[in-house]
Amino acid sequence: MLAKRIIPCLDVKDGETVKGTNFVNLRSAGDPVELGKAYSEQGADELAFLDITASHEGRKTFTEMVTRVAATVNIPFTVGGGIGELRDVDRLLCAGADKVSVNSAALRRPELIDEITNHFGSQVCVVAIDARQDDSGHWTCYLNGGRVPTERSLFEWAHEVQERGAGEILFTSMNHDGVKAGFANQALRRLSDELSIPIIASGGAGCMEHFRDVFVEGHADAALAASVFHFGEISIPELKHYLQTEGITIRQ
Amino acid sequence: MKVAIVKYNAGNIYSVVHALKRLGVEPVVTDDVTTLRSADRVLFPGQGEASQAMGYLREHGLDVVIRSLKQPVLGICIGQQLMCRHSEEGNTDCLDIFPVDVLKFQPVRHEDKVPHMGWNEIRTAKNGNWTLEDGSFVYFVHSFYVPVCEFTTATTDYIVPFSAALHRDNFYATQFHPEKSGAVGERILQSFLEL
Repeated sequence: MLAKRIIPCLDVKDGETVKGTNFVNLRSAGDPVELGKAYSEQGADELAFLDITASHEGRKTFTEMVTRVAATVNIPFTVGGGIGELRDVDRLLCAGADKVSVNSAALRRPELIDEITNHFGSQVCVVAIDARQDDSGHWTCYLNGGRVPTERSLFEWAHEVQERGAGEILFTSMNHDGVKAGFANQALRRLSDELSIPIIASGGAGCMEHFRDVFVEGHADAALAASVFHFGEISIPELKHYLQTEGITIRQ
Repeated sequence: MKVAIVKYNAGNIYSVVHALKRLGVEPVVTDDVTTLRSADRVLFPGQGEASQAMGYLREHGLDVVIRSLKQPVLGICIGQQLMCRHSEEGNTDCLDIFPVDVLKFQPVRHEDKVPHMGWNEIRTAKNGNWTLEDGSFVYFVHSFYVPVCEFTTATTDYIVPFSAALHRDNFYATQFHPEKSGAVGERILQSFLEL
């Protein structure tokens, strides 16, 4: 059985790992390369490094850090933040990243997804979607790290992303992110059941039961979290042991 | 020890370079025939499309070279598939080191997503002379697979049981990526170096 994946996410700014609550109030959590290595040794299945301020300030992702990660870490990792064109993807893959995640640039110019998958294959292309649910239940996609709303609805965009050849979707619920009350399992389940590509759940992890729920109720293929891991609230070995006792296929 | 990595038009070769460096080996990435022939170990890794990869290998005479190598050779991912007889990907004739045909995954249920991507379990089919740990999880990314055959040394079950690893004479191959499979993968690479 294919194992469900646990992915610590390292949000990077100025070479430091940071994590905000609802995308603001950043707290520092150390050197991303060292932290990534520690997570891989603890049993993380993949790592994600996101340059969270890149699309906001127009900065490019830290290629040098990616090179260091590739030399140090022996599990797959995804790099995102500020990827606007094919040249950025090429640079990051050459530096050793296994996958890239695109977000705002794909919403602004969806053809970018086709270009990446045609040149490098679907498996390298993760499309990250930040969306917020309004009081009427409608999910709207946001640009620039959740700062700018778009006209796109989550499900319509997710289908288009798949049609264009993306390998995976990383869905962050802005309603749940940083709140630590569980993942957006209803929306995740709909995404997972309607689409044929893997769905990575992000936003809302607060305790180990939330990870069980996102796999059992949300039908997610992978779960991504940051602060619960960075600040030691959940340890990856304990989490994986717990999930296994709950009957979920996990790599031990 | 001289370790050579076959240089061709496939992606993701450098993660194998990094993995070998972590094991204390400085590999050369080369398409030079003399260097490949004189190496103690040859790795044939990569990700890519079969017909384009075979086209490149033929154009550069590397198909003949790889087939004729006498030292231990390890194919990884597309490398394993190219070492087979034929691939359904681009209807491509391959190196025919393993006389078996590569097929595309045909999903049966909604959960059968293609590519097969992520960590899955290997079952060792027979005791080869290299370390494949029964029940360990390793990292896969692929849409095509090698069916179970007489050269299969480990299997994985995804939609169908397929060959996670192959061995014939001095030729070894894995469908998974040992260079991305954590400590388990490092032990597999180490054991290949120690053959």
